[in-house]
Amino acid sequence: MSTAVEKSGLGAGDHIRMNYLDALVEAQVEEMERDERVIMMGEDIAIYGGGKLVERFGPDRIWSMPISESSFTGVGIGAAINGLRPIVDLNIASFMYLAADQIINQASKLRYMTGGQISVPIVFRCCMYYGASLAAQHSDRPYPMFMNIPGLKIVCPASPTDIKGLMKAAIRDDDPVLVFEDTKLWPLKADIPTDPDFLIPLGSALVKRQGTDVTLVAIAGAMRPALDAAQALSKEGISVEVIDPRTLKPLDTATIIESVAKTGRLVLVENAHRMCSVTGEIAAIVAEEGFEYLKRPIQRLTASDVHVPFSPALEGQMFPRKATIVAAIKKLI
Amino acid sequence: MFDSHQRETYRRMLRIRMFEEEGTRLYIAGKIPGAFHASIGQEAAIVGSCMALRDDDVMTGTHRSHGHPIGKGADLKALMAELMGKQTGVCRGRGGSMHLADSSVGIMGESAIVGGGIPLATGCALSAKIRKIDQISLCFFGDGAVNQGTFHESLNMASLWRLPVVYLCENNGYAITTSIALSHGQTSISRRADAYGIPGVEVCGQDVREVYRVTSEAVARARRGEGPTLIEAKTYRFDEHQVGLIVPGEPYRSPDEVEEYKLRRDPIRLYREALSSGGVGEAALTELESEVRAELAAAIRFGEESAFPTPDTLADFMYSTPLTPS
Repeated sequence: MSTAVEKSGLGAGDHIRMNYLDALVEAQVEEMERDERVIMMGEDIAIYGGGKLVERFGPDRIWSMPISESSFTGVGIGAAINGLRPIVDLNIASFMYLAADQIINQASKLRYMTGGQISVPIVFRCCMYYGASLAAQHSDRPYPMFMNIPGLKIVCPASPTDIKGLMKAAIRDDDPVLVFEDTKLWPLKADIPTDPDFLIPLGSALVKRQGTDVTLVAIAGAMRPALDAAQALSKEGISVEVIDPRTLKPLDTATIIESVAKTGRLVLVENAHRMCSVTGEIAAIVAEEGFEYLKRPIQRLTASDVHVPFSPALEGQMFPRKATIVAAIKKLI
Repeated sequence: MFDSHQRETYRRMLRIRMFEEEGTRLYIAGKIPGAFHASIGQEAAIVGSCMALRDDDVMTGTHRSHGHPIGKGADLKALMAELMGKQTGVCRGRGGSMHLADSSVGIMGESAIVGGGIPLATGCALSAKIRKIDQISLCFFGDGAVNQGTFHESLNMASLWRLPVVYLCENNGYAITTSIALSHGQTSISRRADAYGIPGVEVCGQDVREVYRVTSEAVARARRGEGPTLIEAKTYRFDEHQVGLIVPGEPYRSPDEVEEYKLRRDPIRLYREALSSGGVGEAALTELESEVRAELAAAIRFGEESAFPTPDTLADFMYSTPLTPS
């Protein structure tokens, strides 16, 4: 198989238009090409994409796993501590709960508990498929609960460029990294760098849109309605600064606080459940470190603490939308 | 004739026994914090299997972790310092008694989550296969762990891909207080191998020579690329699950059973007798015993004289690359 970049014949300094999912695949292929220690493991992955990954890298690099999430996660960790750099595709993020013992008790703790003797260079791909009538066991956005685990790094990219640069940085990182990809963003297109060494360092937020009246922080799939809301409000003369943290752990709080110092107003949006969410953590940090900048109370928009329902009539109401974000911002002005 | 293999086997068994005896004494004296799970009685199962390995082979173990690094040949000083929570400890005071992993002898983790190390050893073996090196993984676990899902899932994968891994069950008969009879629908652990189409072997875990023989065969098989073996070493823990753990009420195992093992099935005494009857002189045995005793004394001194980690090092070893936003 050839990647879109290879087919294009473009040089390293160029850009190519591609969607979020293709950018993620591009990142994996480039890193597998660059480092033979990178392998992929997951259910059905040798077959997905017409088996083209196996055709390119051979069966020793692409491993289709039996339905044993707990143990194949542990097998990936074992391979990581013994010389490889696996990408373990956990497929649907709700399956992480089966793998959680190995992620938490082994991957996140081995380095610390062995006094640095062992490193666990591993990437977990965790797909968030909500908003697709898959009901509660296939629709979770569980990144906040993993933020509470020391020893992990967590990225939550919201654009094709970011998923490419952060995925590549995650694969090159020597610690366990959870990559939460938001399937709502798969079709999103952008011009991404073709440079095979294009990396986005973990822990750097991105100001997506500059503004002066309100700081709007959005996570993953919440970024699309957030940008739409900012655009709509600009027509009404309200200037919204939109920030994407991109990495949740480490979290770039300086960029957020700097923006709040300018705007004095903060609205936080995400599609995870409300209790102990990322927006709750950011609100706490801003209250602790930037309280004097705030002119109005912090507003949070999240999914409520209700499971994701099957019926589109119910699920459609679950997540923050352009209209609810616009309303929350207007309340502060 | 006291050949080098016998000498090293006996040395490592003695090291475990004395390390555990001295450790128990220090634990009761308050010099070792936390919980203390001794391997006394299980030395032959550990050393017999480790002696079948090469230095570059890897291992994972359990919460009863002290014997594993010693069995693989680790130096005692850093292990003893670790038990005491010192900065010179093998895990820099971050692991302690249940997690004495020494990577300098190939230990890739001692998991206090029962069954947690089984997939790790399997993954180490997968890596060896992918990298086309003839390294073996030895995976220690107990009779309790075979009822965890990780045991079944991992053996299935190891069988499927013929991974170079040896699964070594230290079956000491009791998961804390729960006997095999009360927790296993089918009481032969080695027979579980049949379900995965791999060899399953039962061996007397008190006989170090037998454990060595059986493990050597499994290791040779794995190195030839023929896949994993499950070994059930039937052994016995002389102490309670952990030192000082008092179980009220009726004893979960009979005092006669405990006495029988201590008096007649002590793996160290059995091996010493075998060495004697094989022609090894008393003087040679006593000399080795004195050497190990001196080694222990030096390890304890090293631990006691070492400093505790300072509070400013609390976050050391959390990440390979620091968690500071860029």
